Formats: sequence, structure tokens, C-alpha cells
Amino acid sequence: MDREPDAPDPDEEPEQQTEEHPAQESHDADPLLQELVAHLRENRTELREEWARRISEADLLGVMSDEEIFSEATEVFDNYVDALETGSIENLQTYARELSERIIPRGVETHEVLGIVLLLRDILARELFAKYQRDSEHLNRILDAYEPAANRIAVTVGVSFVEERERVINEQQEAIRDLSTPVLQIRERLLILPIIGVLDSQRARQLTQQLLAAIRDNRAAVVVIDITGVATIDRTVANHLVQAVEASRLMGASTILTGLSPEVTQALVDLDVDLSMMQTVGDLQGGLEEAERLAGYRGAGATDATRRAET
Amino acid sequence: MSVAILREGDYLIAAILSDLTDKEVLELRGELTELVGRYRSRGLVIDVSALDVIDSFVARALRAIVLTVRLRGAQTVIVGIQPDVAIALVQFRLNLGPLRVALDLDAARTLLDQLTGGEAEDGR
Repeated sequence: MDREPDAPDPDEEPEQQTEEHPAQESHDADPLLQELVAHLRENRTELREEWARRISEADLLGVMSDEEIFSEATEVFDNYVDALETGSIENLQTYARELSERIIPRGVETHEVLGIVLLLRDILARELFAKYQRDSEHLNRILDAYEPAANRIAVTVGVSFVEERERVINEQQEAIRDLSTPVLQIRERLLILPIIGVLDSQRARQLTQQLLAAIRDNRAAVVVIDITGVATIDRTVANHLVQAVEASRLMGASTILTGLSPEVTQALVDLDVDLSMMQTVGDLQGGLEEAERLAGYRGAGATDATRRAET
Repeated sequence: MSVAILREGDYLIAAILSDLTDKEVLELRGELTELVGRYRSRGLVIDVSALDVIDSFVARALRAIVLTVRLRGAQTVIVGIQPDVAIALVQFRLNLGPLRVALDLDAARTLLDQLTGGEAEDGR
């Protein structure tokens, strides 16, 4: 195949002298692309059907029905051809973003989106081969014009999809972070801190601060941290927990950790986290009983001492 | 020096009133070691609630005071560590194991009574 090296050389054809390189922003003037677009428009119906068929064959977009795939395919096809014609990817970008907004909540994966766009690119390329196979000179020039534009479209759609996905992920992360972590007083000088959901560094830090402030405000002697709602734990989070416990101790409160699931306990041991200073109890009920024992013992001690000091 | 040292029964109370220079920290350590011996104190309470910042030098000095004073026969309880200070101290990753901590003076007294076997109260 020698058409790659030919690509940047439009001087071969005198009538093409005025044309820019196909990858640059002057597609609307490119008669090759015009010809190509006209041809694709002519065969719109067959190409769309072919594409929809190939999508189903490749098991892409499994969450969508055939009708949906076909109607989306039509939209994408038209946008795709428009983008080829005008060389402007703005409309396609907008459309790709809207499409992503629609299909992301339904669980469409990145590889599926990239897969269908690449499928379309290949189907159209095949179509061009079929049409121009007798005139390989012409075919080469058509492909020179087509390939960079098609690749740029594929990149645009892929990037739009991933950006949209990241936006959704960021939104969800913020939502999780904003979920308040309540520190509840259930007895005098006894707090519980139920942790639910995903712990990341920022949330762990925020949580530690809330916990320490609550210890000071409630003059807490014992804190029960319940992590029944924490599905997984990694080294960073484990270290944050250890730090929270140690910081609570420096504030004068004992900490009891409860609700470690089998997965979490195994992870903690495998991670080799130093938990020697952590007091752990199997479930929240046991933890509360232990905490009441501790707080009750200390509470009584404190009142005794104050009483004696007053007399 | 911006530290008030009060004697109360068998206990000594050192309230740090404002941030200390490194030199003052070392002086405090010397003075407390000296006073614990002179008054034959059995317990020492160090109140750090006025400190918004405890750097690693002060943290190490506190630890040194605890260990020194213990050799002179007194147990130490630190009181009033602020939330931000607690987080910072933990992040220094110093060995703060020897530090006994209480939330306030009441709790500190209770803790000291336990540590010293409550004889201070009985002797009164």
C-alpha cells in the first residue's frame, strides 16, 4: 500500500493545486469530499441498515432495542456525513454529548460507543472501496480525504462520550461527599458515628474533623465507629481510620470500631495495617454494650471524683 | 514565661497560656522536672487548650516531659488538645503512645486518681 506516503502530496493533480491538505479546515471546498458525501447520501438507506445490522451482530448496545439502535444510527449517520461535508465537528460534538447523556444512564459502555463509530467508519470505507475499486488512483485520493476526517470524527465522538461520563461520575462523587456523616450522641458522653458508602481521602478527613469537634462539644468519653456500610477498604482509607482513632484518643476519647465485614477484615489483615491500638467489636450492638460499660465506668468515676472534690 | 504552674495537693497543674518558643519549651521541661521533685508530686496535668498549633518539636518535648517526669515519680495527663491539633499530631507519625490524654481537668483528675491508686484523695 503506497497511499499513505502519497497523502500529503496534492500536487500530483494540477486541478487540485488550490486544495488544502484534507486534514485541514477546508473540507467544504474539497470536491473529493463533496463527491464522497453525495455518494454516501445516495446510499443512505442501505448503509444505515448495514450499520445497524453490524451493530447487532457485534453485540454492541445490548441494552437498546433494534428500533432504538436504528433511529440513533440514522441520527449518527446524518451527523457523521454532515461533519464529513462541512469539516465542522461542532454539531457532531453537541449531538454526541446529547447522545451520551441519553445512553449513559442506561449503562452503555465506552467500548460500545467507540465500537459503533469505528464500525460506521469501516462500513463507509468498504463502500468507497466497492465503488472505486476499478480506479485505484481515485480511490487513493478519496481515502486520503476520507480517512483523516473520519478519524477526527471518531475521536470527537469518543472524547465527548468520555467527557460526559466523567461529568456524571464527578457529579455522583460530589453527591456522595455531600451526604452528611452524622455524629450522634446516644448516651451522655457516648457518641456513635455510622459510616456508610465510599470513603475517600477527602471524606475521611472531613469525617475526622466532624468527629473531633463532636467529641469536644459533647465531652465524649467513648466513640463507636460503625463501618457496616463500608463495602471495601483500601490502605489509604484504613490509615485514615487509624488516624481518626488516634486523634480521638488525643482528645481524650476511647474509640470502638464495629461492623467490620469479612471482606473488610481480610483486606485490613492483607494490607498489614497496624490495628493494634484499635478496639474492635463484631457488631454495633456489641460495640454499644462495650461502650456503655466503658462510659458508665468512667462516668461514675468522674462523678465520684467531682463529688469528693466538692466536699 | 507564659505557663501558669499551680500546685494542688499531690498534683501539679501546668497551664500553657500562649504559644511557646522552643527555648521556653525546654525551660518548661526543666522546671516541671524540678518542681515535681521538690513538691513530691504524684501527678502532673499539662493543659494545652490554649494552643492552636503544636508542632513536632513541642510534641516531642511533651513526650519527653512525660517520660522524664515519670522517672521522677509522677504520672502525666495532657488536657485540652484541640481537634485540629489532634489531627496534626497524628499526621506527624510520632510515637505518642506514652501520652495519656483527657478531655478536661475533671477527666484528668479522675484518670490521675486511677493511675496513682487514688491515694491522693484518701490522704486528704
